[in-house]
Amino acid sequence: MIYLQLLWVFVKIGVLGFGGGYAMLSLIQHEVVEHYGWMTTTDFTDMVAISQMTPGPISINLATYVGYTTGGLGGSLLASFALCLPSIIMVYLILKLFMSKKNNALMDNTLKGLKPAIAGLIFAAGLSMMNLQNFPDFGRGQYNISVIICVLAFVASYFFKANPILLIVLSGLVGFIAY
Amino acid sequence: MLSMVEKAVVDQKRWIPTDEFWDMIAVVQSLPGVFAVNTALYVGHRVAGTRGAFAAMLGAIIPSITIILLLATVFREFRNQPVVERIFKGIRPCVVALILAPSLRMIKSAKVTWKTAIIPIATVFLIWWCKVSPAYVILAAIAGSLIYAIIIGRKTARCETRNDKTIDNDASSHVNKSPVPRQNEKEAKP
Repeated sequence: MIYLQLLWVFVKIGVLGFGGGYAMLSLIQHEVVEHYGWMTTTDFTDMVAISQMTPGPISINLATYVGYTTGGLGGSLLASFALCLPSIIMVYLILKLFMSKKNNALMDNTLKGLKPAIAGLIFAAGLSMMNLQNFPDFGRGQYNISVIICVLAFVASYFFKANPILLIVLSGLVGFIAY
Repeated sequence: MLSMVEKAVVDQKRWIPTDEFWDMIAVVQSLPGVFAVNTALYVGHRVAGTRGAFAAMLGAIIPSITIILLLATVFREFRNQPVVERIFKGIRPCVVALILAPSLRMIKSAKVTWKTAIIPIATVFLIWWCKVSPAYVILAAIAGSLIYAIIIGRKTARCETRNDKTIDNDASSHVNKSPVPRQNEKEAKP
């Protein structure tokens, strides 16, 4: 049963996951955290952090982890494979049916229109992670260290394009010292 | 990552010519799913058929799966250590920032105007506030974008009949994938 669920969830994510790894976060979070409750938001956040620091696609990392925690080794392999299955079919079809330039332009414009929605999707994933588990000191005491970390990391990432691994290591260090 | 793939596939192994590689990357990038897997499937299939596609795909995902499996086996006990918990307490707010920042950067690069700002705002509202499944939101967005693309395509076609010269510029700005200018760009650089 769990295997069927894993298969269904990750095939769905593979089909609808436009726009790369970050865009898939919202889909994965909705299914895995909100709908099935396989992970808590905190677990999910920690896994995203680990995915950022290890090489390889975030979505494969999350699929492997979710599959492992719910269905063991078999679950992890199944979930990862399920995520790739739609890609296998689509790439195969595209290579078989020659893509004409006209179709290509249509697809290009569709994606251009899709982009603002994908940005909103990613933003929503970030907002959903803003809860009291991830910001435990929010509204308590004088210093909201978690809020400060978040704001500083945002500024460093958005304006200065700081390396995400560096930011994670630094904020881990701050957490170690401050808490 | 893409530059690494190009270096290996185009420059070192000489499996695929540069212009064809970038043409296909543009197509593969527009597909849903894991980008690294899509690229691997295409390169593998192009070089060695179906078996090649599977071999390349496995190559793209096996390192990730192995690393995460190794981590997952130790992570649960490891995370209950107070020291680790303290470190992760610092990391979590940073992760939130690392997700919000690229989404805003994407809004900038998508050239969202005050009029089209309704799209990302509605998306956020539906998913975060109303807890609508992102799957439905994506499907709706695809439908909307497709209609938009068809209208744009019609407009371009109308220009085509009116004036041959303008569409040449127009089409290349929309498609921007013809191999010839790509190569010229590449040759012009060095």
